Amino acid sequence: MEFNVTLLGQAITFAILVWFTMKFVWPPLTNMMEERAERIADGLAAAERGKQDLEAAEKRVADELRQAKQQATELILAAEKRANQIVEEAKDAARTEGAKLVTEAKSQIDQEVLRAKEALREQVAGLAVAGAEKILRKEIDAAKHADLLASIKAEF
Amino acid sequence: MASNATDYIKHHLTFWNSSHEGGFSSLHVDSFSVSLILGFLFAGVFAYVARNAKLENPGKLQLFVESIVEMVDTQVKEIFHAKSKVIAPLALTIFCWVFLMNAMDMLPVDLIPMAAQWIGFTFFGADPHHVYFRVVPSADVNVTFGLSISVLICIIGFSISAKGLGGWIKELFTAPFHASGPVGTILLAPANFALQMVELLAKPISLSLRLFGNMYSGELIFILIALLPWGAQWLLGAPWAIFHILVITLQAFVFMMLTIVYLSLAVEKH
Repeated sequence: MEFNVTLLGQAITFAILVWFTMKFVWPPLTNMMEERAERIADGLAAAERGKQDLEAAEKRVADELRQAKQQATELILAAEKRANQIVEEAKDAARTEGAKLVTEAKSQIDQEVLRAKEALREQVAGLAVAGAEKILRKEIDAAKHADLLASIKAEF
Repeated sequence: MASNATDYIKHHLTFWNSSHEGGFSSLHVDSFSVSLILGFLFAGVFAYVARNAKLENPGKLQLFVESIVEMVDTQVKEIFHAKSKVIAPLALTIFCWVFLMNAMDMLPVDLIPMAAQWIGFTFFGADPHHVYFRVVPSADVNVTFGLSISVLICIIGFSISAKGLGGWIKELFTAPFHASGPVGTILLAPANFALQMVELLAKPISLSLRLFGNMYSGELIFILIALLPWGAQWLLGAPWAIFHILVITLQAFVFMMLTIVYLSLAVEKH
């Protein structure tokens, strides 16, 4: 165990190494590591924010879906109601139309009947007058008894 | 065999001294050059990584370096509460450099000395019996004291920068024993100063001798194992080498931790 200049050399080497580490090794490495830690923290915070945003968006989507469903149900109900209404209206219209047609037909029939009666009456009146004429040819002057004939005709 | 073994051990425990006479002005070329190479290796690798450090997708080497830096940074932040730009790089340098120097113990005990003998004999015509090469720098007291005395200088420097020159000198004489009056203070001053000196000097001595003792004994046991018959060497060599992996790491860690503790004590007020 003897001391010599090796000790001094070692101490000087040590001093140089420490200076070198202080200058070129420690600051860049620790700065870089700190920056990385910061970046990781930022990334985690951003991820957390993203998660929250996602949750909010999902909630909104669910809300809107629910609303849309409700609206759709309402629309369907309204449409059904409207359809029923239309059907009812159509039925009504058909019914009135039918009734109208029936009344028209009836009135036509009545007219036909009236016309037929008229014709019949005229024919009967004609026949009766003709019969009466035949019977009363001699006694009855057509010109004299025209009033009488007309009144008989009207009575039919 | 006995003299043979003694020669073998002696040869392994002799430094490559720059002068045959020794003396203070001589240099242990082997421990100095190995520690220098290892220091440059550490500085080179770490500076290379620091220069090319990537924020994203770091490589394996960068992750390895970062984990060491992180470990040192955690220890420093836990123990040392004052602000200092020096202490963390200092601790990192101590840990890595001491670890590398200790790790030289894991090389086969005859590998480098034999290579040195062969080179000396082949290229320089030296007598192989006079070519010495001890490859573990931390088993050299010069190296461990070189480190610990530097740490002592740092301790004194940290104390002075934290308390001022006057404050530090005053503390040398007034702590750990406090007196209320001026007479008592003067009476206690010698005792305080003696205790402070012991405390101050015990730090580098314990630091360096702990490291030296561990590494020297480890080296010696490897040398002794190398004296066993070759078939039986693995029986002791393997467990000792595996255990030594723990020792070299632990010693480097302890040296670093104690340096941080001493420096944090230095800046704290008593």
